[in-house]
Amino acid sequence: MSSAYALLFIVATIVLVLGLARKIAQYAKTPAPLKIPTTPAPVTRFGVVLRMFREVVFFESLFKSTKWTWIFSWLFHFGLSLVLLRHLRYFIDPVWLPIQLVQPFGKYAAFAMVAGLVGLLIRRIFVDRVRYISSPSDYLWLLLLLFISVSGATMTFVIHTDVVAVKQFFTGFWTFSGGDLPMDPILLAHLTMVAVLMLLLPVSKLLHIPGIFFSPTRNQVDDPRERRHLVEWARKLEDS
Amino acid sequence: MAKAEFETPKLSEYIEVPDLVEGTMEHITCFVAKPEHQEALGFPGEKVENWKEVAIDKMGDLLSRYRSFQVFMDACVKCGSCTDKCHYFLGTQDPKNMPVGRQDLLRKVYRRYFTFAGKYFPKLVGAVDLSEEIIDDWYSYFHQCSQCRRCSVFCPYGIDTAEISMAAREILDSIGVGQKYCNEIIGKVHKIGNNLGLPGPAIVDTLEGLEEDVYEETEVAVKYPLDVKGADILLVTPSADFFAEPHVDGLIGYGKVFHEAGVSWTLSTKASEAGNFGMFIGSYENMRRISLRIREAALELGVKRIVFGECGHAWRIAYSFLNTLAGPFDFLDPDYPVPQHICEFTLNEIEQGALEFDKSENDEMSITFHDSCNVARASRMGDEPGGQFEIPRQVIKAVVNNYHDMEWDTIHERTFCCGGGGGLLTDDLMEVRVKGAKPRMSAFKNVMEEKGVTHLAAICAICKSQFTKVFPYYGMDMFQIVSVHQLVSNAIVMNRKTPPEAAPGYGEDDDE
Repeated sequence: MSSAYALLFIVATIVLVLGLARKIAQYAKTPAPLKIPTTPAPVTRFGVVLRMFREVVFFESLFKSTKWTWIFSWLFHFGLSLVLLRHLRYFIDPVWLPIQLVQPFGKYAAFAMVAGLVGLLIRRIFVDRVRYISSPSDYLWLLLLLFISVSGATMTFVIHTDVVAVKQFFTGFWTFSGGDLPMDPILLAHLTMVAVLMLLLPVSKLLHIPGIFFSPTRNQVDDPRERRHLVEWARKLEDS
Repeated sequence: MAKAEFETPKLSEYIEVPDLVEGTMEHITCFVAKPEHQEALGFPGEKVENWKEVAIDKMGDLLSRYRSFQVFMDACVKCGSCTDKCHYFLGTQDPKNMPVGRQDLLRKVYRRYFTFAGKYFPKLVGAVDLSEEIIDDWYSYFHQCSQCRRCSVFCPYGIDTAEISMAAREILDSIGVGQKYCNEIIGKVHKIGNNLGLPGPAIVDTLEGLEEDVYEETEVAVKYPLDVKGADILLVTPSADFFAEPHVDGLIGYGKVFHEAGVSWTLSTKASEAGNFGMFIGSYENMRRISLRIREAALELGVKRIVFGECGHAWRIAYSFLNTLAGPFDFLDPDYPVPQHICEFTLNEIEQGALEFDKSENDEMSITFHDSCNVARASRMGDEPGGQFEIPRQVIKAVVNNYHDMEWDTIHERTFCCGGGGGLLTDDLMEVRVKGAKPRMSAFKNVMEEKGVTHLAAICAICKSQFTKVFPYYGMDMFQIVSVHQLVSNAIVMNRKTPPEAAPGYGEDDDE
């Protein structure tokens, strides 16, 4: 059973890394022939870095738009990032100091995640406009993330699992010397769903993660009068 | 096509988000381009037999050439942030007029043919096969988008429905189903030089008429020169400025400003159009062909600077794209940005103290300013971000005593489209135009009632034409829309007097 999980996570990691790399390469390779930043836009590269930072960390545009969606999604993503940082302790030894410092917050961040996800799910079901644009997969993603969060929080706060064994399994993983995974149903469910998420991420709307960094309306400098912007296929038109 | 009966929406005090009513705008369809309009632009004349294949191929081609299109197709998480931001949705309640609803018309086909999930689990992700009905939906709803970019302000990934609707229209053109309004006009520019198809002699006539009118009014011989070689400034302005109201009053104003500033300038027959509908149909090639006319005119006339008149989408293309499409402009005077907006020019002259105004000439009016979408969200003026909001307002405030802004969430980057942009300014889309104007009309009406505003000033030819048509539907007067440079024209004091022999028509009688 443990080796089945080891195999699952090896495959999931490969799919996630290669799948994301393929999409990132595609985005990077696809030219943006025209300057289309949504203005007012920064007029310097550094300004764009700040705009992107505000967008990625604080969801600036969403904040301008709808406060409820902003609160729920920011709670979820903020909680998720703390929880992910905290989870690093299962993969590294010794545990880095910053990760140790995150530990107490990372534990309770699970509640922020759940609260955010529940809010988003309720909104998706009850706001007619959001319901209209939702496909089954949109609900399934929320449910998957909810199950992952709740199962994880259950192991943290209610029914503890043998985290030492889990850590041995995952640290040994890289050296193929891993120990056995505890045959704990909540843990196995948690891990299975995480693997599913990793497998599906590169073929889903979770591509918003790399996508935001490549969005021309957000990552372009507003300097078209000063600098001539010309991509390869457009240059060819000039030669002909 | 029967003329649709429709009800003008009731105006509200705040932006009200309506309930969804499916299919309210399904019946909308604009005239399809005739074969000759299509072929002149390099598109098939009629719907091709293997349209499905061609459309999917075109989609693939655009995905590989436009990062925006590829990323925007993937990145949407259906958060709903944009759903209440489109003026067409707010005015029609049709969910396919929500930005994401509109995008999904294309996205569901993208997913079916270009993604793993859509190929193998279409039901799960809402992917569908391309069909006749979908083409009809595309044609209807992608001609209910004015490409105003308001949605892109509020999208956490910056997804811009304008980019999607441009791609959709290009796909439609590629299978031979183009829109008559845009494609016929683009053909006129390629052939004659401007959207209205005004030949050189007609422009000469108009400009001579203007010179006489202005002389009569001011006793100053303001010139409206055409094709003058060696002039310093080439003015490129929308052809509507040559005859439509209130556009022409703006053109009169530019001439007076140039006169008082003491610069030499000229219009051009070849570049007698600032507008460029190539953008509306998403065609880089057509947009480039039209832009090159401006480069050629500038070279032929040997000018040092290019200034654009009041036109919203034209300013987007001029400011954001012209350097790309028709640059480099290294043959022009490097001391000035290429191109400049007429408001930048005028404000600069005001700051230099070159212009004198009598603001009381505008005292019978109280003004508010409509930020045109393409200026507000797709361009800039001046050196600072947001100059596109401040500079026109500074020009207005320099020439009027009474000015009030509309509500904060309906101006600047949050401005509402006039309802007629993006290639929708055609009578066969009147229902869309009237309903889509609702949010802007509401904000205008509120500032009229609360602050006593009487007139709406704009710097966009399409906005001006649209408001002229749409105001009466909302119980307002068509003359309540004014050009910014019309206000300048009213207030400017003409200090450079003219000796009698320089007056237009002087000595003509003797020659007969």
